[in-house]
Amino acid sequence: MKAQGTDQNMRKAKSSIQRSENWAGILFALPTILGFTIFALGPMVASLIMSFSNYSVSSSFKLLGLANYRKMFSGQDPYFYKSLGVTLYYVAFSVPASVVFSFVIALLMNQKIRFKALFRTIYYLPSIVPVVAMSAVWVWILNPDLGLANTILKSLGLPTSAWLFAEGSVIPTMVGIDLWTIGSTMVIFLAALQDIPAHMYEAVEIDGGGAFARLIHITIPLMTPAIFFNLIIGFINGFQAFTKAYVMTGGGPHNASLFFILYLYREGFVFSRLGSACAIAWVLFLIIGLLSAVFFKTSKKWVYYGGE
Amino acid sequence: MGKRRRPFSTKSSVERFFLYFVLIAGAAVCLLPLVWMLRSSLMTSVQIFELPPRLVPHPFRWSNYGEALTILPFGRYFVNSIAIVVLVIVGTVITSSLCAYSFARIKWRGRDLVFSLIVATMMLPYAVTLIPTFVGWSAVRLTNTFGPLIIPAWFGGGAFYIFLLRQFYRGIPRELDEAARIDGANHVQIYSHIMVPLTKTSLIVVGLFAFLNTWNDFLGPLVYLNSSNKYTLALGLMQFTGMYKAEWHLMMAAATVVVAPAILIFLVGQRYFIEGIALTGIKG
Repeated sequence: MKAQGTDQNMRKAKSSIQRSENWAGILFALPTILGFTIFALGPMVASLIMSFSNYSVSSSFKLLGLANYRKMFSGQDPYFYKSLGVTLYYVAFSVPASVVFSFVIALLMNQKIRFKALFRTIYYLPSIVPVVAMSAVWVWILNPDLGLANTILKSLGLPTSAWLFAEGSVIPTMVGIDLWTIGSTMVIFLAALQDIPAHMYEAVEIDGGGAFARLIHITIPLMTPAIFFNLIIGFINGFQAFTKAYVMTGGGPHNASLFFILYLYREGFVFSRLGSACAIAWVLFLIIGLLSAVFFKTSKKWVYYGGE
Repeated sequence: MGKRRRPFSTKSSVERFFLYFVLIAGAAVCLLPLVWMLRSSLMTSVQIFELPPRLVPHPFRWSNYGEALTILPFGRYFVNSIAIVVLVIVGTVITSSLCAYSFARIKWRGRDLVFSLIVATMMLPYAVTLIPTFVGWSAVRLTNTFGPLIIPAWFGGGAFYIFLLRQFYRGIPRELDEAARIDGANHVQIYSHIMVPLTKTSLIVVGLFAFLNTWNDFLGPLVYLNSSNKYTLALGLMQFTGMYKAEWHLMMAAATVVVAPAILIFLVGQRYFIEGIALTGIKG
């Protein structure tokens, strides 16, 4: 009897501690719980509802059903497919290029080299330059008539390019500019490379494998989680590219760099068609969600999660 | 045996030469645009177009800076940017560390679910919330103020920072706060007397990220600030590039003014910064 009593008391004490822990936890996390509700969940729901409406600054709110979506997918608004194509082309080109490029740089930098910290700082530096300033500098360097790039090409007797000012070259040029800002991708690869245990390499050496065998059988498989991480981050960011196009080209020439978000910005903040802008945002959201799901699904086949 | 071997570690001198050649060439490509910006900012509008182009200005034309900075009120923009950045950093550091403490150290019902929801917002494209958030801010009449740019930072500062700090907090031995609890300390005391002092560097990392993200932010000020006396530096530079299209020397001077604080802060705090990035990538 007595033992049961203390047992009950203890349980009571425990549950009152748990209750006070619940309160403390929620209080400490309150800023982000409120923030999540006010700045993420609420706007998400509102955006979905608005996407089915004619919401704008001037007219009264009316639900239109799927009209905004129909306008996009039917091709009635020619910019939808245009911007979708531009963005897909850009992402398909830029993300793999950046990942491969930063992987190679990280491999080189993971050697026994002098001034490693200095190299790392220099390679990271472009990533912290404000995009507006970076864009101004590139527009100057890539100026077709007076810029440094064409001046150098001319002096070498090579053909010049219109870079950002021709429909065919604007996206490849932007991808090239992206290669200049691979700093954080590279740092993540570098950190992952340093985590590969030395005995793994020794095993290959004992089997008589050379540098190439080490790369193929050890480095790349063990790096797949970092590669996956960088691919998915790059691809989510790529779909949301805005500032560089807004500053450097304004979406031109002939909408050849009309990124999806630029198209959305125009609908929402230039033409004040807020409902239609929300519909564009949701299409983007669904595309990103769908592709991420496919990515995560296929990742089980090629991403190596050892030991965990 | 004990020494760590890296791939390609046994190298001939040809390989070494090739390695350094590629790394140095890459470093030159990284620096060239910045050097070119600086060099162009110190030239006359005639010298800047000289052929063949020269790398070092002759003479150095420092007056470009005075001229560029008076065409538009860049002093004003600078103060605006600083005001926003400081308030964002303070809000982010305080609220994200409180939330991270809750997720790392307090066991409350629903914690893991809430945490995963918050982390999921990192994947949420900002475009989805952009329009309703804008409508919301204009409903409370706060558009064309710094409010929409600052206030969200005081609500946890963003999932990324909470995630980052939680990683740091979990690295602190639990025995420390358990001992404090037995001595009768409450969560506020554990947070302020144990966690914060032991993880000062992580707060510096968060402050640095918050600085650079806010300094570089363009879409936020573009959407929310209309009157030009409220512009940030980034917006001011954008306005400048639109107005003085051919005045490359002045534009480069203005760009340098926008870039310099970011580079300065990065160089001062780069160790923390690079550690922070590495941490998110691996443990993510």
